[in-house]
Amino acid sequence: MPSLRRSIQWACAALVAGAGLMSSACTIQPWVKPYERDRLADPIMTWDRDAISSAYLDHIRESREGSRGASGSAGGGCGCN
Amino acid sequence: MMRTSAQRIVGRAAVIFAALLLVRATCADVLPDDRADLFYSKYSGGGMDITGESALVRKKITENLAVEVNYFVDKVSGASIDVLSQASQIKDERKQSSGTVEYVHDKTTYTVSFINSVERDYKSDTGSFSLKQDMFGDLTTLSLAFSNTNDTVGENDGGCGCYNGSAPPSITWLGHAESRSYDVDLSQILTKNFIAGVNFNVITDQGYLANPYRSVRYLDPTNAKGYSLASQDYPDTRTSTAVQVEGKYYLPYRAAITGSYRYFRDTWAIVGNTYELDYTHPISNIWILEGRFRYYKQNHANFYSDLFAYADEFRFEGRDQDLAAQDNYTIGAKATYAFLPNGWKMFKRATVTFDVSRVTFHYLDFRDIKYYGVQNGYQPGDEPLYQFNATVFQIYMSMFF
Repeated sequence: MPSLRRSIQWACAALVAGAGLMSSACTIQPWVKPYERDRLADPIMTWDRDAISSAYLDHIRESREGSRGASGSAGGGCGCN
Repeated sequence: MMRTSAQRIVGRAAVIFAALLLVRATCADVLPDDRADLFYSKYSGGGMDITGESALVRKKITENLAVEVNYFVDKVSGASIDVLSQASQIKDERKQSSGTVEYVHDKTTYTVSFINSVERDYKSDTGSFSLKQDMFGDLTTLSLAFSNTNDTVGENDGGCGCYNGSAPPSITWLGHAESRSYDVDLSQILTKNFIAGVNFNVITDQGYLANPYRSVRYLDPTNAKGYSLASQDYPDTRTSTAVQVEGKYYLPYRAAITGSYRYFRDTWAIVGNTYELDYTHPISNIWILEGRFRYYKQNHANFYSDLFAYADEFRFEGRDQDLAAQDNYTIGAKATYAFLPNGWKMFKRATVTFDVSRVTFHYLDFRDIKYYGVQNGYQPGDEPLYQFNATVFQIYMSMFF
């Protein structure tokens, strides 16, 4: 029961915080104006231009290294051989 | 214990999702262009050759709804050194199909996807859900994702039926594994030239997590080699945490530099650090050239040893090379050529990309027992440390319509 109560408290806090965060998103003035974002819109500023290639490289790395995650999707499969 | 923790995280993710649904933003996001991609790759190194072929199609059904399908086949021939140390080389093929549905409502993008991967001796199904929310005047993008993977793990007796006279494969199914992945990613525009990101990921695994093709070795004076091999025994749970910070900066001339650092740790005591630097340089609107450097280092898992003192020395034992202490570095280059600038029939534009990477692996406590042993004067544990180079080549064409 204590864990249930803690979960409910956490849920209420998240709801309030989430709703507050999102509603404030409508009022905050962006410090980089939309007309100043031409450089950020350049294709060379895209985080991941080629999703298949990135997923393939991640799959190779995850088959050879102990680390995983936080760098995109690596797909399924074993990589056992 | 792990399930309780995972359920709590799912509950919290659901609550955050509910909070995000309260948003009524004023300016809608848009889906990316429709595209079709053809992809070919080749990996050579460490005794293995892997070729990969893939096709992807992405199409908007309405302005708010898009679907994407991807099919990937990779073919493996040869085997890595730790597999070769105990068995013959293997020919295998992996077929992966995935489907994704993406829906945009105001500034929120919802994505549902499914991945199915099949090998003779391994089956994997992944379902995932994510949402992405733009906020603070589109300066901030928050993404939450959850995926669940169910694997069925088997062992091939070495037959493949792929040569004249070779025996058909016989598969022994060894067990199941379930994996759950939780992601929180934040991308933030800081200045008109600089964007930064933080990615946080937790993965929990439960079930059969060992690699059936690899063995541990232990000192055995009764064996002429001085050691014998035995099956690995892994823990049946694993939880990992990874955090990556990254930044991308638009230089004073038209080029971009990207830096990232990832910290990883898990309940098997593996700690990994990854550093990556990338430079992107376009030439007019025809070429985009890219150079990159990546360095990775990890320590070994707490149940890993290259050579155990005797059989069944510990409850859990592993000698999988990806659990060994290692470092590796990658030097890569990519060139993208844009053609059809005025479009052709239904296509607005197209690109073709060449990508090559060279990876050098150094193992710090994993020894080469395939080519060195008592026959050439090396006692068990004195063999040279293993290292190898791998080359990864990719070519792909993307058509946008």
